[in-house]
Amino acid sequence: MSDTSHGTGGLTFDKSKRQWPNELNVLAALFLIIGIFEVLGAIFVGQSLLFDSNDRFDSIFNEQRLRIIIIQVAIVGIIALGVTQVIITAGIDLSSGSVLGATAMIAMSFAQVSVVNGNPNPKAIFGPAFLDLPVIVPIFVGLGCGILAGIINGILVAYSRIPPFIATLGMMLFARGVAQWWSSGNPVSFPTESYAKIGAGMMPVIIFLALAVLFHLVMNYTIYGKHTYAIGSNEAAARMSGINVPRHLVLVYAIAGMLAGLSAVILTSKNLTAQSGMGLSYELDAIAMAVIGGVSLFGGRGSIIGTVIGALIIGVITSGFTFLRLGAFYQEMVLGCIIVGAVALDQWQQKRAAAKA
Amino acid sequence: MSDTILETSDLTKHYGGVHALEGANFVLKRGEHVAIMGDNGAGKSTFVRQITGVEQRTRGTVVFDGEKVNFAGPLDAREAGIETVFQTLALADDLNVPDNLFLGREKTKWNFLGPFRVLDYKAMRADTIAGLEKTGVKIPNIKNTIANMSGGQRQCVAIARTATFASKLTIMDEPTAALGVQETAQVENIIRTLKEQGESLILVSHNMRQVFDLVDRIIVFRRGRMVANLNKEDTNGEDVVSYITGAKTGAEYEGAA
Repeated sequence: MSDTSHGTGGLTFDKSKRQWPNELNVLAALFLIIGIFEVLGAIFVGQSLLFDSNDRFDSIFNEQRLRIIIIQVAIVGIIALGVTQVIITAGIDLSSGSVLGATAMIAMSFAQVSVVNGNPNPKAIFGPAFLDLPVIVPIFVGLGCGILAGIINGILVAYSRIPPFIATLGMMLFARGVAQWWSSGNPVSFPTESYAKIGAGMMPVIIFLALAVLFHLVMNYTIYGKHTYAIGSNEAAARMSGINVPRHLVLVYAIAGMLAGLSAVILTSKNLTAQSGMGLSYELDAIAMAVIGGVSLFGGRGSIIGTVIGALIIGVITSGFTFLRLGAFYQEMVLGCIIVGAVALDQWQQKRAAAKA
Repeated sequence: MSDTILETSDLTKHYGGVHALEGANFVLKRGEHVAIMGDNGAGKSTFVRQITGVEQRTRGTVVFDGEKVNFAGPLDAREAGIETVFQTLALADDLNVPDNLFLGREKTKWNFLGPFRVLDYKAMRADTIAGLEKTGVKIPNIKNTIANMSGGQRQCVAIARTATFASKLTIMDEPTAALGVQETAQVENIIRTLKEQGESLILVSHNMRQVFDLVDRIIVFRRGRMVANLNKEDTNGEDVVSYITGAKTGAEYEGAA
């Protein structure tokens, strides 16, 4: 034990031990990746990725591409907000993509119009009593389905002590089965006009960012957020401190399920149809966003801001490869490397911090 | 208000056929610091676990603060005013000092929001600083997470937790077992501060020097039974060792073990 740098018992102020917010690292990574694409773009395509390089418009940024970057990650981003909270409790949610699929089919069935181009709706699932319902009905059905799936996940994880990986893997298969069974694999289409507005245009982005702000506040300033971090950090300590750990876990998984249900509503509204294959592998994209954003799979560490930046990183990479006119397979290879790299870097930093303390 | 804070009579714990604790009659006065010593497996930790409600006793009564108590769990004991610093630290590594101090009993506002009620960081921070001052604990930056602190600092945080909440009795189970020399000194200073403030304390320790430095009275356990109850002034290290090893048994405990 060195007594010169720390004083007695290591109890004097040591500037080198001040903590550097992890989100800044992720943000730096985002800027680095943008920088790489700008350079590559200037060399190979002769264009800028984010800035306006077209003389016909006088704006600073290439607004169209910015819009595409964020809109393509918004819906998975909403799922990632919930997955982030689950991972912070040291859990995992593999079911969100399938829950989205099942919820899409069910919610859309309550959003159908009775008359399409003067003919009765050919895709109607229910009888006339369930057509032309007010928009609030499919929204609540969608949120309800998501919450129900989340509560089942939560109960399995919290009370039966089945590992989260297995419990949500079961839900993943089950929910996908429900999605296919619901209409025997047929798409559910033709929503009401008001339902179609939910996910139109930039609405997914607005909803994503509003929810990100909301959950950032919830995770940092409410007892819910504090207990979520505490459980992921040291579950035994949380239990000994009087936190009702199982009840809290059910709440966290329910919120994650609700967000998956909400993204189903937005996605079906945007696409004007629901298909049983919707949301395939979204759970992995959402986990990737969280992990790239610095959320630790061991629990206790990470933040909503990190996940939002992680989502933007994925958005930039996806757009960047299209912009460089490279195939999608390169993009997946690079994403794979980035995920592994992000976790490796995080591990290394943790070790270094532990060695310093 | 009587001047006895804790009294156990015939406190007994059997694990199946193993008699881990047998008929312990123990009295602790308000403001008194008592050490519990004994060999491994002598029943020290078992004794503590019965008082703090971590385990349910086989037989006997516990009177705490003038009332017979039956704690269903450690939380009940904490609510009644018994704060325990466990051998394994019950701290959340990724949270900072105030968060850990108030874990499970956070100060909140806007309570109508239920599980989403808002944390009162300002009040918790103020109370944390007051608690740290009261115990004389110096933490460079209370906003640092526990993960970035040394073992001594962590133990200090765990102990400061007992001082932040007006507890009636503090129990420490080997608080310095895993610490270095300087960190041990720091923890011992905190214990002295608690003594000055009239806090009652039970200290489980193996460290003879520490015990003679800090406490008023020494209780020795051997093979599940109390075998000595010694005032610090009337005894010395050699004497205590002979009770621990079984060379001697206190007159009032003759035939016990």
